[in-house]
Amino acid sequence: MDHKKQIKRFVLENFLFTDDENALANGDSLIQKGIVDSTGMLELISHLEETCAIKVENAEMIPANFDSIDAIGAFVARKLAA
Amino acid sequence: MTKLDWNVLDIDYQKEADRIAQRLREVTARELHKRGLVVAISGGIDSSCSVALAVRALGPERVFALILPERDSSDDSAARANILASHLGIRVETVDIAPALAAIGCYRARDEAVRRALPEYGEGWRFKIVIEGGIDGQINRFKLVAASPSGDAVERPLGLSEYLQIVAATNFKQRIRKNLEYFHADRLNYAVVGTPNRLEYDQGFFVKNGDGAADVKPIAHLYKTQVYGMARFLGLPERVCAAIPTTDTYSLEQGQDEFYFALPYRAMDLALWSLNHQIPASELARVLEIPEARAEAVYADIAAKRRTTRYMHRAPILVGEVNELDLPH
Repeated sequence: MDHKKQIKRFVLENFLFTDDENALANGDSLIQKGIVDSTGMLELISHLEETCAIKVENAEMIPANFDSIDAIGAFVARKLAA
Repeated sequence: MTKLDWNVLDIDYQKEADRIAQRLREVTARELHKRGLVVAISGGIDSSCSVALAVRALGPERVFALILPERDSSDDSAARANILASHLGIRVETVDIAPALAAIGCYRARDEAVRRALPEYGEGWRFKIVIEGGIDGQINRFKLVAASPSGDAVERPLGLSEYLQIVAATNFKQRIRKNLEYFHADRLNYAVVGTPNRLEYDQGFFVKNGDGAADVKPIAHLYKTQVYGMARFLGLPERVCAAIPTTDTYSLEQGQDEFYFALPYRAMDLALWSLNHQIPASELARVLEIPEARAEAVYADIAAKRRTTRYMHRAPILVGEVNELDLPH
C-alpha cells in the first residue's frame, strides 16, 4: 500500500472512526473541516515518523505540510526522496 | 482605516465595578438562589479582583475565601492572598492540598512522564513546560525546561504522550481545588466564583471541570489590562497589584505568556481586542512594533486556540432534546 493510502486510512480510522473512503476527499483541509486540531496534528506527525521512517524537523512543522491527505502524501514523498 | 492605539482598552472603572457588583447580586440571589460567594484566591490579580468585586456586591460577611497551596505553589502567592483577605475583612481558610494530590497519584504520574523525557529527573529537580512554534507559523509543540538540583538548565523535546500525561496529572491540582470550593459552597449554601479574565476565557486557558468550573465568572469579559486597572481602582494592596502573572502550577517558575500566549499579556490583550474589532494585522503590527507576518501569526494562533479549546466551554452534549428545562444555550 502506498503512503498516501496508508495515511488516509489512519486519518479516517483515528480521527473520524470510519473506513468509508468517501468521508474525506484527498484535497480537504483537515484543519478547516475541524477534523484535526493542534493535538491531532502532533499525533499525526508522530504516526508519520513511526510508520514512514522519517524525522519531521521543527521548521517543517507548518500546517501547509499536513493540512490535507494530498499535502501529507507530497511531504512524505519529498522526505523519502531526500 | 481604523486607527489602533493602547487607549482602546480604557474603561470607566467606577461604572464597570458598580455594574459587575449589581449583576453579581442579581445572579447570586435571583438566578442561583444562594446566600453568598466562595472564591479561591491565589494571590494573583484575577482571583484578587474577583473576590474584591464579590465583596463589593455582597459585603465581606457573605464572601468565603480559600487559599489552596500545594508543593509547587510559591510561598509568596499564599502570603499575598492572606494580605488580601485581611484587607477585605473576609473569612479565609487555608488547606494544603498536597496530601490529597499525593494520594490521588498526581505527583507520581507527573514525575513518571517527566522521567520518560528526562531520565535523570528526580528529587530536587524543578521543571516547567514551554509551548513553541505557533507564533512562528508552525504547529505548536512542547518542550520540557528543567533545572537540576545544582542549578544546571536542561531542555528536552516533549513527546505528545508525555505532554498529555504531565498536563493530565497537573490538572488534578485545579480539580482538587474545585472540590474544596464546592464543599464549602454546599456547606454554606453559597455559589462558586470562577476567576478567568477575558484572555484566559477566550483562549481556553483553564482546566475543564477544574478552574473552568463555576457558577458565575464576574471578570471573564475584562481584558487582563482592565483587570489590573480594576484592581487599582478597587484599592487592592500594592503587593497584589504588582504581582507578575504565573501559572503557579509547575515547580520552575513559569510566566503565563511563556506557557500559553504568543505575546506578553498587555500586547496579547491588544491583539485580541484588535481581532475582535476586525482591525487589520498591519495596524496591530504598527502599534506593537512587530513585523506584519508576526501579527498575522498571532491572529492565526488566537483563532487556532479558540477552535482547539471550544469543547471546554461546552456543557455535555445531549443526543436528544430535553426542552422542558428551558436552559440558556
